[in-house]
Amino acid sequence: MEHSSTYQPTSGFGKWIDTRLPIPRVMYTQFITFPTPRNLNYWWTFGGILTFMLVAQIATGVVLAMHYVATPELAFDSVEHIMRDVSWGWLMRYSHAVGGSMFFLAAYIHTFRGLYYGSYKAPREVLWILGVLILLLMIATAFMGYSLVWGQMSFWAVTVITNLFSSLDAVVPGLGTRLVEWIWGGFAVGGPMLNRLYSLHYLFPFLIAGVVALHIWALHMPGNNNPTGIDVKGARDVVPFHPYYTIKDGFALVLFAIVFAALVFYGPNTLGHPDNYIPANPLQTPQHIVPEWYFLPFYAILRAIPNKLFGVAGLIGGIAILFFVPWLDTSRVRSTRYRPIYKWFFWAFVITCFVLGYLGSQPPEGAYLIFGRIFTAYYFLFFLVVMPVVGWIEKPKALPGSITEAVFGPEEAQASSEPAPRRREAEAVL
Amino acid sequence: MTKARAFGFTVAAVCLLAPGLPASISAAAEEPKAQAGQPSHGEPEISSQGWSFTGPLGTFDNAQLQRGYQVYKEVCSNCHSMRLLSYRNLGEKGGPEFPPEAVEALAGQVQVTDGPNDKGEMYQRPARPSDRLRSPFPNPEAARAGNNGALPPDLSVIGKARPGGPDYIYALLTGYHAPPAGFQLAPGMYYNAAFPGNQIAMPPPLSDGIVSYGDGTKPTVDNYARDVSAYLMWAAEPKLEERHEIGARVMVFLIVFAVIMFLAKRVVWARLHEHTAPSV
Repeated sequence: MEHSSTYQPTSGFGKWIDTRLPIPRVMYTQFITFPTPRNLNYWWTFGGILTFMLVAQIATGVVLAMHYVATPELAFDSVEHIMRDVSWGWLMRYSHAVGGSMFFLAAYIHTFRGLYYGSYKAPREVLWILGVLILLLMIATAFMGYSLVWGQMSFWAVTVITNLFSSLDAVVPGLGTRLVEWIWGGFAVGGPMLNRLYSLHYLFPFLIAGVVALHIWALHMPGNNNPTGIDVKGARDVVPFHPYYTIKDGFALVLFAIVFAALVFYGPNTLGHPDNYIPANPLQTPQHIVPEWYFLPFYAILRAIPNKLFGVAGLIGGIAILFFVPWLDTSRVRSTRYRPIYKWFFWAFVITCFVLGYLGSQPPEGAYLIFGRIFTAYYFLFFLVVMPVVGWIEKPKALPGSITEAVFGPEEAQASSEPAPRRREAEAVL
Repeated sequence: MTKARAFGFTVAAVCLLAPGLPASISAAAEEPKAQAGQPSHGEPEISSQGWSFTGPLGTFDNAQLQRGYQVYKEVCSNCHSMRLLSYRNLGEKGGPEFPPEAVEALAGQVQVTDGPNDKGEMYQRPARPSDRLRSPFPNPEAARAGNNGALPPDLSVIGKARPGGPDYIYALLTGYHAPPAGFQLAPGMYYNAAFPGNQIAMPPPLSDGIVSYGDGTKPTVDNYARDVSAYLMWAAEPKLEERHEIGARVMVFLIVFAVIMFLAKRVVWARLHEHTAPSV
């Protein structure tokens, strides 16, 4: 919600800067008094968590880059040098590696939250598209970062993924091969490839930071969606961002940090593959090439489709289709809470993503392949058929009159007096 | 509505905390689950051993690491390099913790190539603690030539480079048996219950009494395998003790911080319920 600024600079410097570059005014207006729906639940805390993760990844990454060497001969050893000889190097490296997983965990929860509560619907389409763009950039960044370790999985993941471009040979003969050689800077994955991966891995996080700034800007135009999906109708529906959501987001961030720290200190390699501690060997292919867990659903889609070109199209389409969600969903209400039919399809979609993740970790043969195809089909049908059709035929449940009514009930929202103590006690758990 | 929100909070909290039980995580990471299975064809047989370094408070047993280094030096190092380790690491905290004189002596027993000197010639000198552990072969080709075509892998990070980690190494070193009836063993290969495919080029390296322990530990294959597996885990993860120790402090801090944040959050939000219409 664009709301008028109530910022009053008090100090001399505050007044001086306010007429020149009013950063304090923007911060005050957008992060202190910003009107935020009073009913946001804990699924809304992942935006703040993601911002924290981006900063943490950049901070640890900059330190790692001071010690890392991007050559095929020294990359693996320089990572081990960081682990063994650099002061706090093990903490930086494990935080960065586990941080990637935690970043994706938060991003996926954040995305599913947006999907469940219809946060992509008008007037938040641009906000959603920017979010999908961030997800795409994250995927590219994580892939390139994983390759820098230059272990067996790193090397063969790069080989497999860059080779996907050769599928364009089916469109224009020779085009794919030329493109792959251009990407590699040679005739195989080697030194030139590693150097460009390193260069771009350092660049992309700053692109993400830029799009995140736009994402927050686009959020602050319409303001937050909320679990009811209905618009803010008055001053009673909102609370100032600070202190209500700074403290709530802060609490959730600390809980998230507990999980993060538990992994870093007690299981830093739990989510990794042992093969990546074997130095890259172009002459020896690992028995199973599997990506990190956060790419497994997309990997399952790629392998489920028998044709290479269409497989790559499915891989890219699996993410790109999210761009069109604001127009694929024809429902009149935003929140799945009030959608009795759609909610079943939604949870089936969530389960599909988990199953595809499992199938992506298994060899593409027999029953794994058959189920891979079934669930890949549902993945796309959910967007292309369920979203438009269900939104059209479904009769939504009655919406509450306002956010305040959703929180306190109709009679309390009508009354101008204070809510009954019974309510107040119940609200304390919020 | 309140119930729904409380439920939402519970679900979110469970999502956040469920994978965070340190015990389950470290069990998965440092003592990977036993892959229970019959030693049938191609099925590795790895059972989980009790190690001093598993669990959130796990530490290495210095005496065990010292024995493990002895086994490595006297047996494994004939074929396997550990090129990422230096002799000084053997004296560092959280490792075998040999005293400084012992590290000097261990390094000094080994001749390494240095140079070129001011005449442009390479020369041999006793190793110093700052030197990397000397590799048994000058290059991979020499290693293959000396081992029937098979390349003995470097052992610096082997403790993390195989599913099962130290459990796998222990199972491999104790997994040499006569092949089951009908098992086709290629020439020059040995049957091993833990090795993927059950055919390994490495001859059984250990036998009872092959290494003389100075501390009264029984000189059995089982003890050798156990000690050298622990040593290799340390070599792969030399900062494990420091990590566990700092982790404990970080976890206590974060849990106390979380409680404070939770209480602060309750106090702040309680204001809302006194004034249903806060001024923005």
